[in-house]
Amino acid sequence: MSEDALILAVPSKGRLMEQASDLFTKSGLPMRKTGHERGYRGEIEGLEGVDVAFLSSTEIARQLMLGRVHMGVTGEDLLRETIQDVDDKIEFLERLGFGFADVVVAVPECWLDVSRMSDLEEVAAMFHREHGRRIRVATKYMNLTRRFFDEKGVTGYRIVESLGATEGTPAAGTADMIVDITTTGTTLKANHLKILDDGVILESQAMIVASRAAGWPDAAVRSKQEILAQLKKIKGGGARRKPGKK
Amino acid sequence: MAAESALRFEALEAQASALTELFKEAGYEPVAPSILQPASLFLDRMGEAIRARTYVFTDNDGEELCLRPDLTLPVGRIYVARNPEAQQEARYCYNGPAFRYQPGGAKVAGPREFRQAGIEYIGGGDHVRAEAEVLTLVISAVRAAGLTGYRISLGDLGLFSALIEALDVPERWRLRLRHFFWRPPSFHDLLKQLSSNGKGMLGKTEARLVGRLDPDDPKAALDVVSKYLKRTKTPLTGTRTLEEITGRLLDHARDAREAPLSTKTVKLIEDYLAVSGPPRAALARIDDLVSAAKLDISSALETARDRLDNFAASGIELGDMEFRAEFGRDLEYYTGFVFQLEVPDAGRAGHIAGGGRYDTLLEGLGAPHAVPAVGSAIHTERLLAAVEGGAS
Repeated sequence: MSEDALILAVPSKGRLMEQASDLFTKSGLPMRKTGHERGYRGEIEGLEGVDVAFLSSTEIARQLMLGRVHMGVTGEDLLRETIQDVDDKIEFLERLGFGFADVVVAVPECWLDVSRMSDLEEVAAMFHREHGRRIRVATKYMNLTRRFFDEKGVTGYRIVESLGATEGTPAAGTADMIVDITTTGTTLKANHLKILDDGVILESQAMIVASRAAGWPDAAVRSKQEILAQLKKIKGGGARRKPGKK
Repeated sequence: MAAESALRFEALEAQASALTELFKEAGYEPVAPSILQPASLFLDRMGEAIRARTYVFTDNDGEELCLRPDLTLPVGRIYVARNPEAQQEARYCYNGPAFRYQPGGAKVAGPREFRQAGIEYIGGGDHVRAEAEVLTLVISAVRAAGLTGYRISLGDLGLFSALIEALDVPERWRLRLRHFFWRPPSFHDLLKQLSSNGKGMLGKTEARLVGRLDPDDPKAALDVVSKYLKRTKTPLTGTRTLEEITGRLLDHARDAREAPLSTKTVKLIEDYLAVSGPPRAALARIDDLVSAAKLDISSALETARDRLDNFAASGIELGDMEFRAEFGRDLEYYTGFVFQLEVPDAGRAGHIAGGGRYDTLLEGLGAPHAVPAVGSAIHTERLLAAVEGGAS
């Protein structure tokens, strides 16, 4: 690993890793693990001065925030969730056209009287009067939820952190509603949940981004431009959907 | 990293013991509530906005705890623990750390760990006299610490309540107006909604269902909604009951029949919220506004005037005060008189002390009935900075 190397963080497993790996291969930047096959370090064939770090998606966001890696491929949802004042710390470069996921506010279908965020504040107040506790929102996106609810003037709720099977929490009784990701809405439907009319917090997809906190020697800047140029060559199929909101 | 307040530890300690001494002399008993508090208590009383700034964690038994973000609530718990019947009058003072997360890191005006020195007068029956006592004591405390050139912002949530009470609107609208008062961005939307009969505010399914409900026949409404759920194979999941859901749909049906909130009333509310100025002049202006609208809030106005008289009689300079009808819209536990002692042109760093009346909090903490209470806390780091800044 040379001093001036650019460190590129990519997902270490799952669909996101496969799709990222495919995209880089198609762009003429095939990634290859160095050392042990199950190790977490790699390089790009034919491109000197780039070290690849295979990390978990949340870890990528953290390392970018701390400036320990220069560039990263990960979901916009995780970046916006994990990093405060994200636009000051991260340069969003390209949408990659995979890893689509909408972060949405969903409530039980049987809440026939609720279709918009503005209903929630009222329902939350009634709920507090009726049941003596705050309405509970299950999510792993605590920060996105807080920011969005705050913007919409909804305050009378509590977040319950959920690390899996969030859609099941209202039926199980551990939460009253959820904020979660959805791609097709099938899982929500199966759990009898509906998305509020103005309840889409973020239309997320995988992005390649750069850290503003990292040191950028000239060689790293050149590598960054090289990678972007290669990715752009095959783009076009890139952002299939309209850019996500903040 | 060491707590940031430790940097000025000695100076703060000296100032704090002087403040506490003064409070003690005035008959306020020093108490030292726990720093660790049950998280749910704060979170349920204050909602997610404070939660976002409260250090919450789970201990090894899974109990959710927090570092107190404020001392009023913990002091209230001491009162309830010592007076389960909540009959006695009590005067408490305190001095100790409180903790709040500061987005983007700690700043001088917003440290993560800061000290509050304050007083709480709980169970005092003569409201305006209790308010004058608390405000006088806080003013003497900051003056004794060397502060000059401050101003005091005043508000009165009781006046707003009285205004809403006097309006000729359905009770459920009053509830909503009072509730949304605390949420200025949504308050304006609510006025708009009420003045247009809620048209265009309902989703398609809702509107169709609401159109089929008869507000005078809640039983039939339950039937309509329950059949709708059955037909659409929608299970009734979660805590909200069929009655609650139907109840809110029925409210919409009733709203559609009401005369909308008149533009005159909307303007009255907006004009009221815009009132600000020297306290006596501001009250006169409010009197003019409500009289012109032929509404009666004389008893609340009387209380507000009486309060000013008590302040003047206690030697408080009314010339240092500005009344703002809107003031107090951000901390939900206040119920009446609210104030903030400020050094002008210093932003948040200039907010030296604040407080007010919170007559519903103690009941929420377990008292068997509502207990009148008024208190104030001094942000001691800011006081020290303002005093030292003024001296240089």
